[in-house]
Amino acid sequence: MGPTPEVLEKFRKKAELVSAIVSEVDSMAQAIAYTVDLCSQKEACQLLMSGCEESLSDKGRDLCELKQFGKIIAAPALNDADLAELVKQAASREISVIKDGMRSHLAGIDIGFTVADYGIGETGSLVIDSSSEELRLATMVSEIHVAVIPKSRIRATTEDMYDELKAFQSRKPNYLAFVTGASRTADIERVLALGVHGPLELHILILEDK
Amino acid sequence: MQTAKNLSDYNKELREALDNTFLRGAMEKFATAYPVGRANAFREYDVNALIDEVAKVKDAGISRLNELYAEFKAKAEANGIKVHWAKDGDEANEIVARIAKENSCKKIVKSKSMTAEETLLNHRLEKDNLEVIETDLGEWIIQLRSEGPSHMVMPAIHLSRYQVAELFSQVTKQDQSTDIQRLVKVARRELRRQYAEADMGISGANFAIAETGTIGLMTNEGNARLVTTLPRVHVAIAGIDKLCGSLNDALKILRVVPKNATGQAITSYVTWISGANECQSAPGGKKEMHIIFLDNGRSEMAKDPLFAQVLRCVRCGACANVCPVYRMVGGHQMGHIYIGAIGLILTYFFHGKEKARNLVQNCINCEACKHICAAGIDLPRLIKELHSRILDEEGHPLPSLLLGKLMKNRKLFHTFLRTAKMAQRPLTGGTQYIRHLPHIFSKDHGFKALPAIAAKPFRDRFEALKPRVSAPKYRVALFSGCVQDFVYPEQLEAAVKVLGAHGVEIDFPMDQSCCGLPLQMMGEKKASIDVARQNIEAMAGSYDYIITLCASCASHLKHNYPFLLGENDAQAKAFAAKVIPFSAFMTDVLGVTDEKFTQTHQRATMHAPCHLCRGMGVVEQPRKLLALGGYEYAQAEQEQVCCGFGGTYSAKFPGVSEQILKNKLADAARTAAEVLVTECPGCIMQLRGGAELNKSGFAVRHIAEVLADHLK
Repeated sequence: MGPTPEVLEKFRKKAELVSAIVSEVDSMAQAIAYTVDLCSQKEACQLLMSGCEESLSDKGRDLCELKQFGKIIAAPALNDADLAELVKQAASREISVIKDGMRSHLAGIDIGFTVADYGIGETGSLVIDSSSEELRLATMVSEIHVAVIPKSRIRATTEDMYDELKAFQSRKPNYLAFVTGASRTADIERVLALGVHGPLELHILILEDK
Repeated sequence: MQTAKNLSDYNKELREALDNTFLRGAMEKFATAYPVGRANAFREYDVNALIDEVAKVKDAGISRLNELYAEFKAKAEANGIKVHWAKDGDEANEIVARIAKENSCKKIVKSKSMTAEETLLNHRLEKDNLEVIETDLGEWIIQLRSEGPSHMVMPAIHLSRYQVAELFSQVTKQDQSTDIQRLVKVARRELRRQYAEADMGISGANFAIAETGTIGLMTNEGNARLVTTLPRVHVAIAGIDKLCGSLNDALKILRVVPKNATGQAITSYVTWISGANECQSAPGGKKEMHIIFLDNGRSEMAKDPLFAQVLRCVRCGACANVCPVYRMVGGHQMGHIYIGAIGLILTYFFHGKEKARNLVQNCINCEACKHICAAGIDLPRLIKELHSRILDEEGHPLPSLLLGKLMKNRKLFHTFLRTAKMAQRPLTGGTQYIRHLPHIFSKDHGFKALPAIAAKPFRDRFEALKPRVSAPKYRVALFSGCVQDFVYPEQLEAAVKVLGAHGVEIDFPMDQSCCGLPLQMMGEKKASIDVARQNIEAMAGSYDYIITLCASCASHLKHNYPFLLGENDAQAKAFAAKVIPFSAFMTDVLGVTDEKFTQTHQRATMHAPCHLCRGMGVVEQPRKLLALGGYEYAQAEQEQVCCGFGGTYSAKFPGVSEQILKNKLADAARTAAEVLVTECPGCIMQLRGGAELNKSGFAVRHIAEVLADHLK
């Protein structure tokens, strides 16, 4: 059973209000194509190391230089079939795909690609089981986070997924994330700035899964 | 941080803040933007119902903190987390230092934690030569400046982009532009390196869920995720008040906090950590994880029938956001470490009387915080209570004691006022204002023209004025309060005229005295109880209603009398039930129409007295009455913001009072109204005095007066 049109509409609206970019896709292949397109359309130099174009301290700059050239998509928790599809599509655009080793890419990667567990209509949030360190880092150190959310998993409120949330928290151990829009701050003069520590952009792909 | 030794020093610091033009501008922008954002975030919700839920959930937790702690500890430890209890800040700091030592940590990254601010954790860790780096952008900025936060949610709100650029230029040894987006990028890059190198991460916790041993963290920047992920050791520090029973409890709080704090539906990231998770840099691939619960007086507070509610606080910072005093002076003066109304209270409990003594007096009692609090805490009452407690502990200052003694004796007090009338003559120059302030007051208190005491108080005029009503619709008693009786008797005369014309029989019981609110404001609780009893006795006749034209009196009589005399005092309860403000009586009870009033459509704006719109919940009635009375009502943007009077407040903090007043007058002037109408003689004293001196170009009148003007 999927969400009502109202819940779906609210999910989209709320996510867009916090500057998430929401699209609908019919298949994982389409979601992958979207992601690879997005990656190749971006200027590599801007994409790669947000902040490296600024005047940095010597030590701050060191980390920028660690980053090799070339674009990277990290997809730590993707199943084998989807991963193979992603690798295939990415290769034709000269983009590397990694599924682990995030700690050696702390300076930043281009895109973190994940499949979310639930969507919360009330706030336009994604619920993502982030117990895997690789996945957690992929959604944090990427410049862009692309998350696929199967339509049937979008529900009106957290109360409507209460048992599922509790089941996550009862696992030993568990690291669960509600992600709503991109990383943001308003700490300087209350002016909104996106991407202070985490992704500069969040793209949500609602996957038709009837 | 509070360093002022006495009120005079504190006033000097307030003056400096008032003179900081950037700060004032930033505060002003924030104060006008916040209510809009908040209203927007709550638009689809019943706010009060949500807040009640939070209060209920928190109260349930507060009543069984030990039980929740035991449950949390068992669950979390079964899940690989080490759980500690720290009786005070020093003990908490020692535990963190020990964990750092045992794990050979050198570099620590921190995400924002007010609890760690409370214990001054960084100072302790730096003593052990540990490098501690705040990663929340605002916290990092103030850390680099060696300052404390000026807001609980936006710690660097007092700083400009220019100051940040200068600071970042020093840190990076490169010139930085003042473009905020670029400055944020610089912080991103500089801090990323710190996460990568750190071996310990310290976070706070917004929730500690007992049933699963889970902690919950709300952040917008996502720094808490990196802090809890990259270093091999994670230490979370939280007050025991963050314990809650279930995820359900936490979700109820989560629904309210971001909306109330910043007008966001939810923070960008909410992180739930259950157990020691995978960590590739840790031995065995598993995080070394500790949670420290800080007591620091909270257990004792939980047992206090009045102050237990303080532990409901969810640290959203909203009480600062709406505070008219915070708006003028910012958080460094309106708190010690914790900021805003809750900060005044927490400072006393966590950081002691020394730091709290001046702060608890800097509440203007406008109740804006009480009405915005995410957990329904009665903040102004608690602040007054603390003020009184500190006076009881340290001894009452002589003027305050004398005032208490004087006001307890009505005859003596009224004789004093009549004598003062004679003494003021050299100062008034025959006008209705005191033209020359005695020299000692003139410097700070000259921002408004002070009214003179009337030639003949209302009580001496009443017999002659009393309307003879045959077959009255209602029999009411008028409660005047001292200001109207002795300073503005014409306001009461106007009310008598309007009420009489509507078939209301009026009595003015002569034994009534001051309502007692000024005594409470000065911390003289005992005297205020005595006065309350005298007034209840005085007004014991068989009246349908007790009408007041003073909002502060009304709200004090209605809400504070039952509190002061005990909720079980039937007499106080019956008395309070009869109290009604003039405008509410006219509209809700009498149901007046426009027929009795000449319709001139003169343009009028309103100032909603704090104790009317919030204290009594009377908002629409005066607006409606103004329109029925033949005026064109023009709403001022800041209609419900305090005028800066606050009774004795304006005498104690003249600089703040003056600035609030100036803003208020400017706001009223923007409506281009010919008259500013309000329903409280205290507000009139402030506003009329200010308008007179500033040549604001509009009259300031009581609503009873403008109605009487139009009475056919």
